[in-house]
Amino acid sequence: MNTEEITHLAKLSSLKVPENEIQALSEALESILQLANQLQSIDTIGIEPLFHPIEMITPLMQPLRPDQVTELNQRAANMANAPAQFEGLFLVPKVID
Amino acid sequence: MNLHQITIEKLHEALIKKQLSSVEVTNYFLNRIDISKHLNAFIDVQPELSLEQAKQADQLLAQGNKGMLTGIPIAHKDVFVTKGWKSTAASKMLGNYQSPFDATVVEKLGILGSGMVCLGKTNMDEFAMGSSNENSAFGPALNPWDSDFVPGGSSGGSAVAVAAGLTMAATGTDTGGSIRQPAAFCGITGIKPTYGRVSRYGMIAYASSLDQAGPMAKTASECAWLMNAIAGKDPRDSTSIERENEDFTRLLATNWDSANSNPSQPLKGLKIGVPKEFFAKGLNHEVKLAIEKALQQFETLGATCVEVSLPKTELSIPVYYVLAPAEASSNLSRYDGVRYGYRSEKYKDLAQMYTHSRTEGFGAEVKRRILVGAYVLSQGYYDAYYLQAQKIRRIIAQDFQTAFNQCDLLMGPVAPDVAWKIGEKSKDPIAMYLEDIFTLSANLAGLPAMSVPCGFNQSGLPIGLQIIGNYFKEAEMLQVADYFQTATEWHLKQPLQNAVGEKS
Repeated sequence: MNTEEITHLAKLSSLKVPENEIQALSEALESILQLANQLQSIDTIGIEPLFHPIEMITPLMQPLRPDQVTELNQRAANMANAPAQFEGLFLVPKVID
Repeated sequence: MNLHQITIEKLHEALIKKQLSSVEVTNYFLNRIDISKHLNAFIDVQPELSLEQAKQADQLLAQGNKGMLTGIPIAHKDVFVTKGWKSTAASKMLGNYQSPFDATVVEKLGILGSGMVCLGKTNMDEFAMGSSNENSAFGPALNPWDSDFVPGGSSGGSAVAVAAGLTMAATGTDTGGSIRQPAAFCGITGIKPTYGRVSRYGMIAYASSLDQAGPMAKTASECAWLMNAIAGKDPRDSTSIERENEDFTRLLATNWDSANSNPSQPLKGLKIGVPKEFFAKGLNHEVKLAIEKALQQFETLGATCVEVSLPKTELSIPVYYVLAPAEASSNLSRYDGVRYGYRSEKYKDLAQMYTHSRTEGFGAEVKRRILVGAYVLSQGYYDAYYLQAQKIRRIIAQDFQTAFNQCDLLMGPVAPDVAWKIGEKSKDPIAMYLEDIFTLSANLAGLPAMSVPCGFNQSGLPIGLQIIGNYFKEAEMLQVADYFQTATEWHLKQPLQNAVGEKS
């Protein structure tokens, strides 16, 4: 995996890889993908993917519930975790000039 | 009475007979936690909060509450969110996170549920990604049998806390072996239930189709009582499964075959499947011997062993290490430094704020998995990696069903080796991944699986026997494990017996 690929992948993940870590990371990712390449040796023609183990137990469905408020409003407790806030609103750097 | 050497059942008797109060019990364990700080088993301990809960438990007991768990202390893996205690997932990203609510598991076990007292939050691998507890932002927890060795992971702190007698029991989560492997490495009992048995609400997400919560304690019967408290459908987790209420203790001390009345062979009729792939090359010789001896013990109890095959065992490693990072890369995209969590101090604009916060807030292994996940989900690679892994996942799940046509339960080692030295594998992610070979497939298939102490190697490190059941067979697994513990004493061995000068 070359520097360009790593940088692209990091950008997709909103991560930054410092210059001096690219080599080690590239080697680690290479070895993980090499492991993953073992998957190519298996014939899976006609096999459906199992996206979720629940499928083995019960048919998958989209459960619905009545549209009712069941949770308490905990605005103050939620806002207490915000790294920055202003008058009860989340504060972020200016996006539009 | 050395409280950390008795079971929940015994402590329960003492509490309802008023020989002891929950406050006394809680103080006893808080003291043990305090003098065992070097093990780094806990991330957050708040004695006043624990004692407040203990007082409430004592009130419940005074009012005649006779619940098996009332007033008994428990520790929660720091992946469960809790009111009062920090909820960090052992990440700098959530280093100061205070949850406004309790996870369903915490709520169900707590004062308003089963009446247990929370002792604090246990150490773990960051976001549950790891098999050694070395990936914690708060430093590794240490194996109480030998502190040069890892306790396993990711629920390492929980396993250490139970093994060292710092709590009666603990919660854990298991995405690829994270309850079973630390339980094995620390010589305790732990069970990962069927996927969907226990609510994931309030469990900080790693890989949502694999994550499952479960109890860790000294014995199988204690795990059964804890299962009673945590299992059940939760409207707040749409993947939790609606089932009739089940008493997981109902089969304890009953014969496997109810028509059999021979007390010396209680497991007569039980067919144990032994997957031959679990004994292939790479299995540590001492582990192999201990497992074989355990299987002989089951035969003495009346069971029969048959060889079965799980041909894709080795492939479960690449399947898991494609799927889990894929789900993780999606789950962890929520950490952006806006609404909660770590925010970098160095940024010029919003995009930089996201990137720097994530880069500084996540540890190395977490970042590796996010990148791998992003790769296998990206255009051009999705079919070859992600989709192909999901297809092989179905083959793995079907292979288990084929095996269960020939037997009632599966047994084998939890891990190919005993605990390794701290630092030995931390530089090489692949070496660590390979250690998960026997635990991953139960998660991929969603099956219940547990770890039961079954011996020690020559240097005194514990060995764990794995029991895998078919869907919803937890009660049977606990029944069988309980018989094993009636016949053996491995689960009674404890490290540090004289740590606080008590009689051993």
